[in-house]
Amino acid sequence: MRWLRERIVLILGLAVLVYTFIPIGVVVLMSFNKPKSEQSKLYRFEAFTLDNWLHPCNDPSMCAALGRSISIGLLATLVATILGTLLAFALVRHDFAGRSMMNLLIFMPMASPEIVMGSSLLALFVAAGFAGQLGFWTILIAHIMFCLSFVVVTVRARLAGMNDTLEAAAMDLYATPRETFWKVTFPLVFPGILGAALLAFSLSFDDFIITNLNAGNTTTFPMYVWGVSRKTVPMQVNVIGTVMLIISIAIVLGGEYRNRRQARALATN
Amino acid sequence: MSDTVRRKGRTGYLLMLPGVIWLLIFFLIPFYSLVAASLYDPSGSDIDGYQMTYHWGNYWDALVQYGKPDGWAPADWSPLIRSLVYGGLATFFCLILGYVLAYAIAFKAGRWKNLMLVLVIAPFFTSFLIRTLSWKLLLADDGWIVNTLQFLHILGSDGHLLATPVAVVTGLTYNFLPFMVLPLFASIDKIDYRLIEASNDLYANPLVGFFKVTWPLSLPGVVSGTLLTFIPAVGDYINAELLGSTSTRMIGSVIQSLFTEANDYPAASALSVMLMILIIGMVLLYVRRAGTEELL
Repeated sequence: MRWLRERIVLILGLAVLVYTFIPIGVVVLMSFNKPKSEQSKLYRFEAFTLDNWLHPCNDPSMCAALGRSISIGLLATLVATILGTLLAFALVRHDFAGRSMMNLLIFMPMASPEIVMGSSLLALFVAAGFAGQLGFWTILIAHIMFCLSFVVVTVRARLAGMNDTLEAAAMDLYATPRETFWKVTFPLVFPGILGAALLAFSLSFDDFIITNLNAGNTTTFPMYVWGVSRKTVPMQVNVIGTVMLIISIAIVLGGEYRNRRQARALATN
Repeated sequence: MSDTVRRKGRTGYLLMLPGVIWLLIFFLIPFYSLVAASLYDPSGSDIDGYQMTYHWGNYWDALVQYGKPDGWAPADWSPLIRSLVYGGLATFFCLILGYVLAYAIAFKAGRWKNLMLVLVIAPFFTSFLIRTLSWKLLLADDGWIVNTLQFLHILGSDGHLLATPVAVVTGLTYNFLPFMVLPLFASIDKIDYRLIEASNDLYANPLVGFFKVTWPLSLPGVVSGTLLTFIPAVGDYINAELLGSTSTRMIGSVIQSLFTEANDYPAASALSVMLMILIIGMVLLYVRRAGTEELL
Protein backbone atom coordinates (compact mmCIF):
# COMPACT_ATOMS: atom_id res chain seq x y z
CA MET A 1 0.00 0.00 0.00
CA ARG A 2 2.74 2.40 1.01
CA TRP A 3 4.66 1.52 -2.16
CA LEU A 4 1.59 2.31 -4.22
CA ARG A 5 0.88 5.55 -2.39
CA GLU A 6 4.38 6.85 -3.07
CA ARG A 7 4.23 5.99 -6.74
CA ILE A 8 0.60 6.62 -7.60
CA VAL A 9 1.28 10.01 -9.25
CA LEU A 10 4.10 8.60 -11.36
CA ILE A 11 1.93 5.64 -12.40
CA LEU A 12 -0.96 7.92 -13.35
CA GLY A 13 1.44 10.20 -15.24
CA LEU A 14 2.83 7.24 -17.17
CA ALA A 15 -0.74 6.13 -17.91
CA VAL A 16 -1.45 9.54 -19.48
CA LEU A 17 1.76 9.22 -21.49
CA VAL A 18 0.68 5.77 -22.72
CA TYR A 19 -2.68 7.27 -23.68
CA THR A 20 -0.96 9.86 -25.88
CA PHE A 21 0.80 7.02 -27.71
CA ILE A 22 -2.28 4.87 -28.41
CA PRO A 23 -3.27 6.70 -31.64
CA ILE A 24 0.39 6.70 -32.71
CA GLY A 25 0.41 2.93 -32.32
CA VAL A 26 -2.60 2.85 -34.61
CA VAL A 27 -0.77 4.97 -37.22
CA VAL A 28 2.24 2.64 -37.21
CA LEU A 29 0.04 -0.48 -37.28
CA MET A 30 -2.13 0.82 -40.11
CA SER A 31 0.95 1.58 -42.20
CA PHE A 32 1.28 -2.23 -42.52
CA ASN A 33 -2.40 -2.76 -43.25
CA LYS A 34 -3.68 -4.41 -46.40
CA PRO A 35 -7.31 -3.36 -46.93
CA LYS A 36 -9.59 -6.08 -48.32
CA SER A 37 -10.59 -4.07 -51.34
CA GLU A 38 -9.20 -0.92 -52.88
CA GLN A 39 -12.44 0.94 -52.30
CA SER A 40 -12.95 -0.34 -48.75
CA LYS A 41 -14.56 2.43 -46.74
CA LEU A 42 -13.89 0.56 -43.51
CA TYR A 43 -10.88 1.94 -41.72
CA ARG A 44 -9.63 -1.06 -39.77
CA PHE A 45 -6.73 -3.51 -39.69
CA GLU A 46 -7.32 -6.44 -42.07
CA ALA A 47 -4.04 -8.14 -42.99
CA PHE A 48 -0.31 -7.54 -42.80
CA THR A 49 1.58 -6.22 -45.82
CA LEU A 50 4.74 -4.30 -46.66
CA ASP A 51 3.22 -2.91 -49.85
CA ASN A 52 2.47 0.51 -48.38
CA TRP A 53 6.10 0.95 -47.41
CA LEU A 54 7.41 -0.37 -50.74
CA HIS A 55 5.07 1.79 -52.83
CA PRO A 56 4.54 4.96 -50.84
CA CYS A 57 3.59 6.97 -53.93
CA ASN A 58 0.86 4.62 -55.11
CA ASP A 59 -1.37 7.65 -55.35
CA PRO A 60 0.79 10.24 -57.17
CA SER A 61 -1.43 13.09 -55.99
CA MET A 62 -0.49 12.27 -52.39
CA CYS A 63 3.22 12.55 -53.09
CA ALA A 64 2.66 15.74 -55.09
CA ALA A 65 0.83 17.22 -52.09
CA LEU A 66 3.60 15.99 -49.81
CA GLY A 67 6.26 17.62 -51.98
CA ARG A 68 4.31 20.87 -51.99
CA SER A 69 4.02 20.79 -48.19
CA ILE A 70 7.75 20.18 -47.85
CA SER A 71 8.72 23.05 -50.18
CA ILE A 72 6.27 25.45 -48.52
CA GLY A 73 7.57 24.29 -45.13
CA LEU A 74 11.20 24.85 -46.06
CA LEU A 75 10.62 28.29 -47.61
CA ALA A 76 8.35 29.43 -44.77
CA THR A 77 10.89 28.19 -42.22
CA LEU A 78 13.75 30.02 -43.94
CA VAL A 79 11.96 33.38 -44.15
CA ALA A 80 10.26 33.15 -40.73
CA THR A 81 13.52 32.12 -39.03
CA ILE A 82 15.47 35.03 -40.52
CA LEU A 83 12.80 37.67 -39.81
CA GLY A 84 12.07 36.21 -36.37
CA THR A 85 15.72 36.02 -35.33
CA LEU A 86 16.30 39.67 -36.32
CA LEU A 87 13.22 40.64 -34.31
CA ALA A 88 14.37 38.65 -31.28
CA PHE A 89 17.79 40.36 -31.37
CA ALA A 90 16.10 43.76 -31.58
CA LEU A 91 13.84 42.93 -28.63
CA VAL A 92 16.57 41.63 -26.33
CA ARG A 93 19.58 43.69 -27.35
CA HIS A 94 18.19 47.02 -28.47
CA ASP A 95 16.25 49.83 -26.93
CA PHE A 96 13.31 51.27 -28.81
CA ALA A 97 10.02 53.02 -28.36
CA GLY A 98 6.81 51.02 -28.11
CA ARG A 99 8.19 47.85 -26.58
CA SER A 100 4.90 46.73 -25.05
CA MET A 101 3.03 47.28 -28.33
CA MET A 102 5.70 45.17 -29.98
CA ASN A 103 5.28 42.35 -27.47
CA LEU A 104 1.52 42.45 -28.01
CA LEU A 105 1.94 42.29 -31.81
CA ILE A 106 4.12 39.19 -31.43
CA PHE A 107 1.88 37.56 -28.84
CA MET A 108 -1.40 38.03 -30.70
CA PRO A 109 -0.87 35.61 -33.61
CA MET A 110 -0.16 32.84 -31.09
CA ALA A 111 -3.35 33.57 -29.16
CA SER A 112 -5.77 34.05 -32.06
CA PRO A 113 -7.90 31.15 -33.27
CA GLU A 114 -6.61 29.86 -36.60
CA ILE A 115 -10.02 30.14 -38.20
CA VAL A 116 -10.07 33.88 -37.48
CA MET A 117 -6.53 34.49 -38.75
CA GLY A 118 -7.19 32.41 -41.84
CA SER A 119 -10.45 34.14 -42.69
CA SER A 120 -8.93 37.60 -42.09
CA LEU A 121 -6.11 36.85 -44.48
CA LEU A 122 -8.58 35.56 -47.04
CA ALA A 123 -10.61 38.76 -46.66
CA LEU A 124 -7.42 40.75 -47.31
CA PHE A 125 -6.48 38.72 -50.40
CA VAL A 126 -10.00 39.05 -51.79
CA ALA A 127 -10.15 42.80 -51.08
CA ALA A 128 -6.76 43.23 -52.77
CA GLY A 129 -8.01 41.40 -55.85
CA PHE A 130 -6.01 38.19 -55.39
CA ALA A 131 -9.08 35.95 -55.09
CA GLY A 132 -8.17 34.22 -58.35
CA GLN A 133 -4.51 33.75 -57.47
CA LEU A 134 -4.89 31.82 -54.21
CA GLY A 135 -2.37 29.01 -54.13
CA PHE A 136 1.29 28.29 -53.35
CA TRP A 137 2.30 31.92 -52.70
CA THR A 138 -0.68 32.87 -50.56
CA ILE A 139 -0.15 29.71 -48.47
CA LEU A 140 3.52 30.62 -48.09
CA ILE A 141 2.68 34.17 -46.96
CA ALA A 142 0.22 32.80 -44.38
CA HIS A 143 2.70 30.24 -43.05
CA ILE A 144 5.48 32.81 -42.64
CA MET A 145 3.00 34.99 -40.74
CA PHE A 146 1.96 32.39 -38.16
CA CYS A 147 5.45 30.85 -37.76
CA LEU A 148 7.10 34.22 -37.14
CA SER A 149 5.89 34.71 -33.56
CA PHE A 150 6.94 31.22 -32.51
CA VAL A 151 10.44 31.85 -33.89
CA VAL A 152 10.69 35.18 -32.03
CA VAL A 153 9.61 33.62 -28.73
CA THR A 154 12.02 30.67 -29.03
CA VAL A 155 15.08 32.71 -30.05
CA ARG A 156 14.26 35.44 -27.50
CA ALA A 157 14.19 32.84 -24.71
CA ARG A 158 17.66 31.64 -25.72
CA LEU A 159 19.04 35.19 -26.00
CA ALA A 160 17.55 36.34 -22.73
CA GLY A 161 18.94 33.35 -20.87
CA MET A 162 22.46 34.16 -22.10
CA ASN A 163 24.59 36.73 -20.33
CA ASP A 164 27.04 38.83 -22.27
CA THR A 165 30.20 37.99 -20.27
CA LEU A 166 31.72 36.01 -23.13
CA GLU A 167 30.97 38.78 -25.60
CA ALA A 168 32.46 41.37 -23.26
CA ALA A 169 35.56 39.18 -22.95
CA ALA A 170 35.87 38.95 -26.74
CA MET A 171 35.60 42.73 -27.02
CA ASP A 172 38.23 43.18 -24.29
CA LEU A 173 40.53 40.96 -26.32
CA TYR A 174 40.20 43.37 -29.25
CA ALA A 175 37.76 41.37 -31.38
CA THR A 176 35.84 43.68 -33.71
CA PRO A 177 32.07 43.81 -33.19
CA ARG A 178 31.66 41.74 -36.36
CA GLU A 179 34.10 39.07 -35.17
CA THR A 180 32.47 39.03 -31.75
CA PHE A 181 29.08 38.50 -33.31
CA TRP A 182 30.04 35.68 -35.70
CA LYS A 183 32.57 33.90 -33.44
CA VAL A 184 30.87 34.27 -30.05
CA THR A 185 27.27 35.49 -30.12
CA PHE A 186 25.96 33.57 -33.12
CA PRO A 187 27.33 30.14 -32.15
CA LEU A 188 25.82 30.59 -28.69
CA VAL A 189 22.38 31.53 -30.04
CA PHE A 190 22.46 28.96 -32.84
CA PRO A 191 20.82 26.06 -30.93
CA GLY A 192 17.89 28.39 -30.21
CA ILE A 193 17.64 29.38 -33.87
CA LEU A 194 17.78 25.72 -34.93
CA GLY A 195 15.05 24.81 -32.44
CA ALA A 196 12.93 27.69 -33.72
CA ALA A 197 13.42 26.54 -37.32
CA LEU A 198 12.34 22.97 -36.47
CA LEU A 199 9.27 24.30 -34.68
CA ALA A 200 8.43 26.55 -37.63
CA PHE A 201 8.75 23.68 -40.09
CA SER A 202 6.51 21.37 -38.10
CA LEU A 203 3.91 24.14 -37.64
CA SER A 204 3.92 24.89 -41.35
CA PHE A 205 3.92 21.25 -42.43
CA ASP A 206 0.97 20.40 -40.19
CA ASP A 207 -1.25 23.42 -40.72
CA PHE A 208 -4.69 22.79 -42.11
CA ILE A 209 -7.22 25.44 -41.05
CA ILE A 210 -5.41 28.58 -42.26
CA THR A 211 -4.05 26.80 -45.33
CA ASN A 212 -7.44 25.44 -46.37
CA LEU A 213 -8.92 28.94 -46.45
CA ASN A 214 -6.10 30.47 -48.50
CA ALA A 215 -5.15 27.61 -50.81
CA GLY A 216 -7.52 28.01 -53.74
CA ASN A 217 -7.15 24.79 -55.76
CA THR A 218 -3.69 23.95 -54.42
CA THR A 219 -3.50 20.87 -52.18
CA THR A 220 -1.02 20.45 -49.34
CA PHE A 221 -0.48 17.16 -47.51
CA PRO A 222 -2.91 17.89 -44.62
CA MET A 223 -5.48 19.01 -47.22
CA TYR A 224 -4.96 15.75 -49.10
CA VAL A 225 -5.59 13.76 -45.89
CA TRP A 226 -8.69 15.85 -45.25
CA GLY A 227 -9.95 15.11 -48.76
CA VAL A 228 -9.44 11.35 -48.57
CA SER A 229 -10.83 11.13 -45.03
CA ARG A 230 -14.30 11.57 -46.57
CA LYS A 231 -13.69 8.76 -49.07
CA THR A 232 -11.12 5.95 -48.88
CA VAL A 233 -7.98 6.59 -46.88
CA PRO A 234 -4.91 5.14 -48.64
CA MET A 235 -2.76 3.35 -46.05
CA GLN A 236 0.28 5.17 -47.43
CA VAL A 237 -0.91 8.17 -45.41
CA ASN A 238 0.08 6.22 -42.31
CA VAL A 239 3.50 5.48 -43.79
CA ILE A 240 4.08 9.24 -44.06
CA GLY A 241 2.80 9.69 -40.48
CA THR A 242 5.21 7.02 -39.21
CA VAL A 243 8.17 8.49 -41.11
CA MET A 244 7.42 11.95 -39.69
CA LEU A 245 7.36 10.48 -36.20
CA ILE A 246 10.69 8.67 -36.70
CA ILE A 247 12.40 11.76 -38.14
CA SER A 248 11.24 14.03 -35.33
CA ILE A 249 12.20 11.56 -32.60
CA ALA A 250 15.61 11.12 -34.23
CA ILE A 251 16.15 14.90 -34.31
CA VAL A 252 15.11 15.35 -30.69
CA LEU A 253 17.16 12.41 -29.42
CA GLY A 254 20.14 13.56 -31.52
CA GLY A 255 19.96 16.99 -29.90
CA GLU A 256 19.68 15.42 -26.44
CA TYR A 257 22.70 13.17 -27.13
CA ARG A 258 24.76 16.16 -28.30
CA ASN A 259 23.81 18.15 -25.20
CA ARG A 260 24.85 15.29 -22.92
CA ARG A 261 28.16 14.83 -24.72
CA GLN A 262 28.89 18.55 -24.52
CA ALA A 263 27.98 18.60 -20.84
CA ARG A 264 30.30 15.64 -20.22
CA ALA A 265 33.12 17.27 -22.22
CA LEU A 266 32.72 20.47 -20.22
CA ALA A 267 32.72 18.50 -16.98
CA THR A 268 35.94 16.64 -17.79
CA ASN A 269 37.78 19.79 -18.88
CA MET B 1 16.33 39.07 -17.91
CA SER B 2 20.10 39.11 -17.92
CA ASP B 3 22.26 42.12 -17.28
CA THR B 4 22.65 42.72 -21.00
CA VAL B 5 22.86 46.39 -21.87
CA ARG B 6 20.21 47.41 -24.39
CA ARG B 7 21.78 49.46 -27.16
CA LYS B 8 20.05 52.59 -28.35
CA GLY B 9 19.98 53.83 -31.91
CA ARG B 10 18.80 52.95 -35.36
CA THR B 11 20.01 49.33 -35.57
CA GLY B 12 17.21 48.07 -33.33
CA TYR B 13 14.54 49.55 -35.57
CA LEU B 14 16.23 48.23 -38.71
CA LEU B 15 16.38 44.70 -37.27
CA MET B 16 12.70 44.82 -36.43
CA LEU B 17 11.50 46.36 -39.64
CA PRO B 18 11.02 43.33 -41.94
CA GLY B 19 9.28 41.18 -39.30
CA VAL B 20 7.07 44.00 -38.13
CA ILE B 21 6.05 44.90 -41.67
CA TRP B 22 5.16 41.26 -42.34
CA LEU B 23 2.99 41.06 -39.21
CA LEU B 24 1.34 44.41 -39.94
CA ILE B 25 0.44 43.55 -43.53
CA PHE B 26 -0.47 39.89 -43.10
CA PHE B 27 -1.76 39.77 -39.53
CA LEU B 28 -3.08 43.15 -38.38
CA ILE B 29 -4.42 44.73 -41.58
CA PRO B 30 -6.32 41.50 -42.42
CA PHE B 31 -8.42 42.05 -39.28
CA TYR B 32 -9.46 45.35 -40.78
CA SER B 33 -10.34 43.59 -44.06
CA LEU B 34 -12.33 41.03 -42.10
CA VAL B 35 -14.35 43.69 -40.29
CA ALA B 36 -14.86 45.50 -43.58
CA ALA B 37 -16.03 42.31 -45.29
CA SER B 38 -18.48 41.67 -42.45
CA LEU B 39 -20.22 44.97 -43.31
CA TYR B 40 -20.63 44.36 -47.03
CA ASP B 41 -24.05 44.21 -48.57
CA PRO B 42 -25.04 40.52 -48.39
CA SER B 43 -26.68 40.61 -51.84
CA GLY B 44 -23.29 40.76 -53.58
CA SER B 45 -21.18 37.76 -54.54
CA ASP B 46 -17.48 37.02 -54.76
CA ILE B 47 -17.73 37.13 -58.58
CA ASP B 48 -19.75 40.34 -59.04
CA GLY B 49 -18.09 42.01 -56.09
CA TYR B 50 -19.56 43.38 -52.88
CA GLN B 51 -20.93 46.83 -52.08
CA MET B 52 -19.80 48.41 -48.83
CA THR B 53 -23.09 49.45 -47.22
CA TYR B 54 -22.18 49.18 -43.52
CA HIS B 55 -24.76 46.45 -43.27
CA TRP B 56 -24.63 45.79 -39.50
CA GLY B 57 -27.56 43.42 -39.98
CA ASN B 58 -25.05 40.75 -41.06
CA TYR B 59 -24.12 40.32 -37.42
CA TRP B 60 -27.69 39.94 -36.30
CA ASP B 61 -28.48 37.48 -39.10
CA ALA B 62 -25.40 35.37 -38.36
CA LEU B 63 -26.16 35.40 -34.65
CA VAL B 64 -29.74 34.27 -35.19
CA GLN B 65 -28.74 31.59 -37.65
CA TYR B 66 -25.63 30.13 -35.99
CA GLY B 67 -25.60 31.51 -32.46
CA LYS B 68 -29.12 31.14 -31.13
CA PRO B 69 -29.84 27.62 -29.86
CA ASP B 70 -33.14 26.01 -30.88
CA GLY B 71 -33.60 24.56 -27.42
CA TRP B 72 -31.91 23.27 -24.30
CA ALA B 73 -31.27 19.72 -25.52
CA PRO B 74 -27.69 19.22 -26.83
CA ALA B 75 -29.06 18.28 -30.26
CA ASP B 76 -30.71 21.70 -30.54
CA TRP B 77 -27.63 23.71 -29.64
CA SER B 78 -26.24 26.15 -32.16
CA PRO B 79 -22.73 25.71 -33.59
CA LEU B 80 -21.51 28.65 -31.49
CA ILE B 81 -22.82 27.24 -28.18
CA ARG B 82 -21.50 23.79 -29.12
CA SER B 83 -18.02 25.17 -29.81
CA LEU B 84 -17.87 26.89 -26.43
CA VAL B 85 -19.14 23.80 -24.56
CA TYR B 86 -16.93 21.29 -26.41
CA GLY B 87 -13.92 23.59 -26.11
CA GLY B 88 -14.61 24.12 -22.41
CA LEU B 89 -15.01 20.39 -21.72
CA ALA B 90 -11.85 19.54 -23.66
CA THR B 91 -9.93 22.21 -21.71
CA PHE B 92 -11.22 20.76 -18.43
CA PHE B 93 -10.16 17.19 -19.32
CA CYS B 94 -6.81 18.45 -20.62
CA LEU B 95 -6.28 20.23 -17.30
CA ILE B 96 -6.84 17.04 -15.32
CA LEU B 97 -4.73 14.78 -17.55
CA GLY B 98 -2.11 17.45 -18.14
CA TYR B 99 -1.74 18.29 -14.45
CA VAL B 100 -1.12 14.67 -13.48
CA LEU B 101 1.43 14.29 -16.27
CA ALA B 102 3.20 17.62 -15.63
CA TYR B 103 3.35 16.95 -11.89
CA ALA B 104 4.74 13.46 -12.43
CA ILE B 105 7.41 14.78 -14.81
CA ALA B 106 8.38 17.69 -12.57
CA PHE B 107 8.61 15.82 -9.26
CA LYS B 108 8.54 12.08 -9.79
CA ALA B 109 10.46 11.38 -12.99
CA GLY B 110 13.94 11.84 -11.51
CA ARG B 111 16.59 11.39 -14.17
CA TRP B 112 13.96 10.48 -16.76
CA LYS B 113 12.60 14.04 -16.72
CA ASN B 114 14.02 15.10 -20.10
CA LEU B 115 13.08 11.84 -21.77
CA MET B 116 9.51 12.09 -20.50
CA LEU B 117 9.24 15.67 -21.74
CA VAL B 118 10.39 14.55 -25.19
CA LEU B 119 7.84 11.73 -25.10
CA VAL B 120 5.07 14.22 -24.32
CA ILE B 121 5.76 16.14 -27.52
CA ALA B 122 6.77 13.23 -29.77
CA PRO B 123 3.28 11.93 -30.70
CA PHE B 124 2.31 15.40 -31.81
CA PHE B 125 4.86 15.47 -34.59
CA THR B 126 2.66 13.06 -36.49
CA SER B 127 0.22 15.11 -38.51
CA PHE B 128 -2.83 16.46 -36.68
CA LEU B 129 -5.16 14.97 -39.29
CA ILE B 130 -3.57 11.52 -39.24
CA ARG B 131 -3.81 11.42 -35.43
CA THR B 132 -7.48 12.37 -35.62
CA LEU B 133 -8.05 9.64 -38.21
CA SER B 134 -6.58 7.14 -35.71
CA TRP B 135 -9.24 8.13 -33.22
CA LYS B 136 -11.81 7.43 -35.88
CA LEU B 137 -10.53 3.86 -35.96
CA LEU B 138 -10.22 3.55 -32.17
CA LEU B 139 -13.76 4.80 -31.55
CA ALA B 140 -15.34 2.81 -34.39
CA ASP B 141 -18.44 0.74 -33.65
CA ASP B 142 -16.62 -2.61 -33.61
CA GLY B 143 -13.43 -1.24 -32.04
CA TRP B 144 -12.08 -2.45 -28.70
CA ILE B 145 -13.08 0.71 -26.84
CA VAL B 146 -16.74 0.42 -27.79
CA ASN B 147 -16.69 -3.35 -27.18
CA THR B 148 -15.19 -2.91 -23.71
CA LEU B 149 -17.69 -0.19 -22.79
CA GLN B 150 -20.54 -2.39 -24.02
CA PHE B 151 -19.19 -5.34 -22.03
CA LEU B 152 -19.11 -3.16 -18.89
CA HIS B 153 -22.65 -1.97 -19.69
CA ILE B 154 -21.49 1.65 -19.68
CA LEU B 155 -22.65 1.78 -23.27
CA GLY B 156 -25.82 0.06 -24.51
CA SER B 157 -25.43 -2.90 -26.87
CA ASP B 158 -26.47 -0.67 -29.79
CA GLY B 159 -24.55 2.31 -28.43
CA HIS B 160 -21.73 3.92 -30.30
CA LEU B 161 -19.14 6.63 -29.81
CA LEU B 162 -18.22 7.78 -33.29
CA ALA B 163 -20.38 10.65 -34.58
CA THR B 164 -21.30 11.66 -31.01
CA PRO B 165 -20.19 14.69 -28.97
CA VAL B 166 -18.17 12.25 -26.80
CA ALA B 167 -15.96 11.44 -29.78
CA VAL B 168 -15.48 15.11 -30.63
CA VAL B 169 -14.49 16.04 -27.08
CA THR B 170 -12.19 12.99 -26.91
CA GLY B 171 -10.43 14.11 -30.08
CA LEU B 172 -10.13 17.74 -28.94
CA THR B 173 -8.77 16.67 -25.55
CA TYR B 174 -6.18 14.44 -27.17
CA ASN B 175 -5.03 16.89 -29.81
CA PHE B 176 -4.57 19.89 -27.54
CA LEU B 177 -3.03 18.11 -24.53
CA PRO B 178 0.56 19.29 -25.15
CA PHE B 179 -0.60 22.94 -25.13
CA MET B 180 -1.69 22.24 -21.55
CA VAL B 181 1.20 20.06 -20.37
CA LEU B 182 4.09 22.32 -21.39
CA PRO B 183 3.01 25.55 -19.59
CA LEU B 184 1.87 23.50 -16.58
CA PHE B 185 5.23 21.76 -16.43
CA ALA B 186 7.11 25.08 -16.70
CA SER B 187 5.12 26.38 -13.75
CA ILE B 188 5.13 23.26 -11.53
CA ASP B 189 8.83 22.63 -12.16
CA LYS B 190 9.64 26.03 -10.56
CA ILE B 191 7.92 25.09 -7.27
CA ASP B 192 10.34 24.33 -4.47
CA TYR B 193 9.54 20.71 -3.57
CA ARG B 194 10.42 21.39 0.07
CA LEU B 195 7.26 23.54 0.28
CA ILE B 196 5.20 20.52 -0.73
CA GLU B 197 7.03 18.33 1.78
CA ALA B 198 6.38 20.93 4.46
CA SER B 199 2.70 21.02 3.55
CA ASN B 200 2.59 17.23 3.80
CA ASP B 201 4.03 17.51 7.30
CA LEU B 202 1.62 20.23 8.35
CA TYR B 203 -1.65 19.19 6.78
CA ALA B 204 -3.09 15.86 7.81
CA ASN B 205 -4.63 15.32 4.39
CA PRO B 206 -2.40 15.43 1.29
CA LEU B 207 -5.37 16.71 -0.73
CA VAL B 208 -5.76 19.74 1.53
CA GLY B 209 -2.02 20.29 1.22
CA PHE B 210 -2.29 20.14 -2.55
CA PHE B 211 -5.06 22.72 -2.79
CA LYS B 212 -3.42 25.06 -0.28
CA VAL B 213 0.14 24.91 -1.60
CA THR B 214 0.80 23.24 -4.94
CA TRP B 215 -2.29 24.44 -6.82
CA PRO B 216 -1.96 28.17 -5.96
CA LEU B 217 1.74 28.10 -6.84
CA SER B 218 1.02 26.50 -10.21
CA LEU B 219 -1.74 28.99 -11.14
CA PRO B 220 0.28 30.90 -13.79
CA GLY B 221 0.75 27.60 -15.64
CA VAL B 222 -2.91 26.70 -15.19
CA VAL B 223 -4.01 30.04 -16.66
CA SER B 224 -1.71 30.00 -19.68
CA GLY B 225 -2.34 26.29 -20.27
CA THR B 226 -6.12 26.65 -20.21
CA LEU B 227 -5.94 29.65 -22.57
CA LEU B 228 -3.59 27.90 -24.98
CA THR B 229 -5.94 24.90 -25.02
CA PHE B 230 -9.29 26.67 -25.03
CA ILE B 231 -8.61 29.17 -27.81
CA PRO B 232 -7.57 26.69 -30.52
CA ALA B 233 -10.12 24.09 -29.32
CA VAL B 234 -13.05 26.50 -29.75
CA GLY B 235 -11.95 27.44 -33.27
CA ASP B 236 -11.11 23.88 -34.34
CA TYR B 237 -13.38 21.98 -36.66
CA ILE B 238 -11.19 19.07 -37.75
CA ASN B 239 -12.25 16.92 -34.79
CA ALA B 240 -15.92 17.85 -35.15
CA GLU B 241 -15.89 16.98 -38.85
CA LEU B 242 -13.82 13.78 -38.74
CA LEU B 243 -15.17 12.29 -35.49
CA GLY B 244 -18.59 13.91 -35.27
CA SER B 245 -21.72 14.21 -37.37
CA THR B 246 -23.86 17.04 -38.71
CA SER B 247 -25.34 17.44 -35.22
CA THR B 248 -21.90 18.15 -33.71
CA ARG B 249 -20.93 20.95 -36.12
CA MET B 250 -18.75 23.61 -34.57
CA ILE B 251 -18.47 27.28 -35.46
CA GLY B 252 -15.15 26.88 -37.32
CA SER B 253 -16.81 24.47 -39.68
CA VAL B 254 -19.61 26.93 -40.42
CA ILE B 255 -17.16 29.79 -41.08
CA GLN B 256 -14.99 27.61 -43.29
CA SER B 257 -17.88 26.33 -45.42
CA LEU B 258 -19.44 29.80 -45.72
CA PHE B 259 -16.12 31.04 -47.09
CA THR B 260 -15.06 28.16 -49.33
CA GLU B 261 -18.34 26.49 -50.33
CA ALA B 262 -21.20 28.99 -50.01
CA ASN B 263 -18.99 32.00 -50.84
CA ASP B 264 -21.07 34.07 -48.42
CA TYR B 265 -18.24 36.36 -47.35
CA PRO B 266 -20.27 38.90 -45.32
CA ALA B 267 -21.88 36.24 -43.10
CA ALA B 268 -18.64 34.29 -42.71
CA SER B 269 -16.70 37.45 -41.81
CA ALA B 270 -19.35 38.56 -39.32
CA LEU B 271 -19.20 35.15 -37.59
CA SER B 272 -15.41 35.26 -37.54
CA VAL B 273 -15.35 38.75 -35.99
CA MET B 274 -17.90 37.67 -33.37
CA LEU B 275 -15.84 34.59 -32.48
CA MET B 276 -12.73 36.76 -32.05
CA ILE B 277 -14.54 39.33 -29.88
CA LEU B 278 -16.13 36.57 -27.81
CA ILE B 279 -12.78 34.90 -27.20
CA ILE B 280 -10.97 38.17 -26.37
CA GLY B 281 -13.79 39.05 -23.96
CA MET B 282 -13.69 35.68 -22.24
CA VAL B 283 -9.90 35.72 -22.01
CA LEU B 284 -9.80 39.19 -20.44
CA LEU B 285 -12.52 38.27 -17.95
CA TYR B 286 -10.80 35.01 -17.09
CA VAL B 287 -7.36 36.54 -16.70
CA ARG B 288 -8.80 39.22 -14.44
CA ARG B 289 -10.62 36.66 -12.29
CA ALA B 290 -7.53 34.46 -12.07
CA GLY B 291 -5.49 37.54 -11.14
CA THR B 292 -2.47 36.86 -13.33
CA GLU B 293 -2.57 39.89 -15.58
CA GLU B 294 1.19 40.01 -15.95
CA LEU B 295 0.80 37.08 -18.34
CA LEU B 296 -0.49 39.32 -21.10
